Amino acid sequence: MKFSEFNWNAMPDKAGHFGAYGGRFVAETLMEPIYELEQAYEQLKNDPAFQAEFDRDLKYYVGRPSPLYLAERWTRELGGAKVYLKREDLNHTGAHKINNTIGQALLAKFMGKKRIIAETGAGQHGVASATIAARLGLECVVYMGAEDVQRQAPNVFRMKLLGATVVPVTSGSKTLKDALNEAMRDWVTNVDDTFYIIGTVAGPHPYPAMVRDFQSVIGREARQQILEQEGRLPDALVACVGGGSNAIGLFHPFLADESVAIYGVEAGGDGIETGKHAAPLCAGKPGVLHGNRTYLMEDPNGQIIETHSISAGLDYPGVGPEHAWLKDIGRANYVSVTDAEAMQGFHALTRIEGIIPALESSHALAYAMKLAPTMSKDQSIIVNLSGRGDKDINTIARLEGITL
Amino acid sequence: MSRIAACFAALKAQGKTALIPYVTAGDPHPSITVPLMHRMVAAGADIIELGVPFSDPMADGPTIQQAHERALLHNTSLHDILGMVAEFRQTNQTTPVVLMGYLNPIEIMGYAEFAQAAETAGVDGALTVDLPPEEGVGVLPLFRAHGIDPIFLLSPTTPNVRIKTVAEAGGGFIYYVSLKGVTGANTLDVGQVAERIAQIREHTDLPLGVGFGIKDAQTAAAVAKVADAVVVGSAIIKQIEATPADHAVIMNNISDLLASMRTAMDA
Repeated sequence: MKFSEFNWNAMPDKAGHFGAYGGRFVAETLMEPIYELEQAYEQLKNDPAFQAEFDRDLKYYVGRPSPLYLAERWTRELGGAKVYLKREDLNHTGAHKINNTIGQALLAKFMGKKRIIAETGAGQHGVASATIAARLGLECVVYMGAEDVQRQAPNVFRMKLLGATVVPVTSGSKTLKDALNEAMRDWVTNVDDTFYIIGTVAGPHPYPAMVRDFQSVIGREARQQILEQEGRLPDALVACVGGGSNAIGLFHPFLADESVAIYGVEAGGDGIETGKHAAPLCAGKPGVLHGNRTYLMEDPNGQIIETHSISAGLDYPGVGPEHAWLKDIGRANYVSVTDAEAMQGFHALTRIEGIIPALESSHALAYAMKLAPTMSKDQSIIVNLSGRGDKDINTIARLEGITL
Repeated sequence: MSRIAACFAALKAQGKTALIPYVTAGDPHPSITVPLMHRMVAAGADIIELGVPFSDPMADGPTIQQAHERALLHNTSLHDILGMVAEFRQTNQTTPVVLMGYLNPIEIMGYAEFAQAAETAGVDGALTVDLPPEEGVGVLPLFRAHGIDPIFLLSPTTPNVRIKTVAEAGGGFIYYVSLKGVTGANTLDVGQVAERIAQIREHTDLPLGVGFGIKDAQTAAAVAKVADAVVVGSAIIKQIEATPADHAVIMNNISDLLASMRTAMDA
């Protein structure tokens, strides 16, 4: 297939499939609700009034466009391609997640739903959901793995301040996947008045497409900004991939630009060879979970296995189905970096550029540290700095044996 | 005639409703499953729904989630479960067995291999919670070719136009989920269920089972008046939960519960 001529907006197909991936693998009770959601979204997607409201919120509430920042000092240090950072960390609430929650909350309002629910790993999506719920006066319940509640205490407190109810989930591995299970159970029970804001490009159709559309503002801005600053397209894009929403948001507007190499960076944990990681695209197999077919971390019997990552936001055994497809067709490359490498990326950006990145984004930074030196000085890379690291300082202090 | 069709035909001739207990295979230990299946038949079960444990049972409430977790402590796999059905079939060739679970364990085994192995083991139906007819286009013909009825759920949210689509894709019987929610939730409203059952019957001749919220002999009897089958899950699992270490007590308690339901339903 010729990437430059392919109509990337025609994916997924009408049934929500990206090749063999995606789809609508949900229990019967949720089938009608997801059809209703799809219908509402299709109607609003092309409605100028809805788009205008979304754009207005992104501009005045989120603070978009986020800058595309040339990390000059870091570039010099790495001695290769110019490294640009797409500063999603400067968004209101400190990460890219707000782009999507605003879009979905407007949709919830249009559909007349009074209550929103969300799952969260690192807490960024939970905070973004609680934020928009506060602003729109909606009830908000956030499901969060009990283990994540521990390691992301500042975000838990933020959500509570914003008026949300945070429900710790103690089933299974007590992390993001279990929070998603519990949110699905809530949705199936309270489907009449509840809108489920999924935080990533996973879940049943239309979520992967809808979340991608809301997040694509990242790539659209970045494409325009790099053309303004460099006068040409970048040579590479780098973003971390848990579920993959910040990555698809950056990648999607560049998919037809064949000269742009695309790298999605998964959480390598202790190292792929140890089995303790969260890298389904690098080391998993296709399967069905959470409403879609995608690459999963699973055992030979099809049971989902526990993942490991320093970063709660990447600690997920699946990945958005569009990434699974982009991997198979060869449009994007999926790589991994270890916890230790991510920590190096974290410290490098903090010390050299004065920007404290989220541990999730630090995975992308760590890969850029490997990639940039292999490229020439007239080339450029855009790294999605998907979130800021304030929420992670307790984790980092603990890992480095420092008492705050 | 399939075992499921024969079962419903025989019950209809006697003016009876089918009693379908659900247990998760391997809960609390794989060694109890086959003897428990036989005991349930002896206590009045007409069809057995055998749960295939999954790490992420999204449509199940806490009771069945924990049953899955207990079964997975012993690594109970789909292969093991097909072995259990084959063992059950050595002495019981008439009671239909329906596997109930999630798609991924089947997907990883491979659809053709599963259909073949399930037929060989003596499985009669497969209820795959997260496989709606829309996603079953390539899979369902394989099931049917091996005599495995694809059993589908209908729910309170299913619109009338969709009932027909689901019914046409399905076989064996239809399982009407009486509540919005997960397994083990509140008690159902028999009046509402009766109304819905009447609507569903306009679109299909398949027997209709009702499940979710059937807790005791009384609700079982009430539902039996309007449905062709009564499905009981969480109420049975609670008997396992109460004394997981004592298999004899589990078998007696489940047997007593089913017998009380059977008596009330037949009265």
